[in-house]
Amino acid sequence: MSGVIDACLALLAFAGVLCLARLVRPGSVADRIVALDTFLVVTVSGVAVTALRVGGAFLDLVVVTCLVAFTGTLIAARYIEERGE
Amino acid sequence: MNAGEVAVAIVLLTGSFLSVLAAVGLHRFPDVFARMHAATKPATLGLVLVLAAVAVQVDQPADTAKLLLAIGLQFLTAPVAAHMVGRAAYRTGRLLSPGTRIDELEQAARR
Repeated sequence: MSGVIDACLALLAFAGVLCLARLVRPGSVADRIVALDTFLVVTVSGVAVTALRVGGAFLDLVVVTCLVAFTGTLIAARYIEERGE
Repeated sequence: MNAGEVAVAIVLLTGSFLSVLAAVGLHRFPDVFARMHAATKPATLGLVLVLAAVAVQVDQPADTAKLLLAIGLQFLTAPVAAHMVGRAAYRTGRLLSPGTRIDELEQAARR
């Protein structure tokens, strides 16, 4: 099980790095919002897998990060809509 | 590892791999709407698979409840967030890739 957790964390870290690369690559603001949202989703997965290793600690972080990602994405979307970039 | 742990391991790896696919899609697709197609669906399914596998594996019922809550929240919030980002991106204009052939929203959005 420990090897599987390591493999999952490696995959998720790779996915997170790709999302961050999309975030800093030149592109529209909407692209960056999508990249950040995906990065936070990957982060939530990573927190859940890490919780499996350390025995169920800080699982509250999963729920909180889900909600922060949602709120942040919504606010950023409203921002670019109002601004009419 | 017994059969249950093997099943959990397979689901965990599938979920993580879907996250990688979503991240690769962010780079490979031509415009923001195609990237949202890549980013929202596999990422959500991957997250739900990972959370479900962890929910099966943890010992405390309270931890399982938190993970199920997170799954429910994800299913509720992911479509709303994707819809808001897509609408905002369309209204800012000029974000469709040059290869787009049919823009069915063009009439409706001109109001």
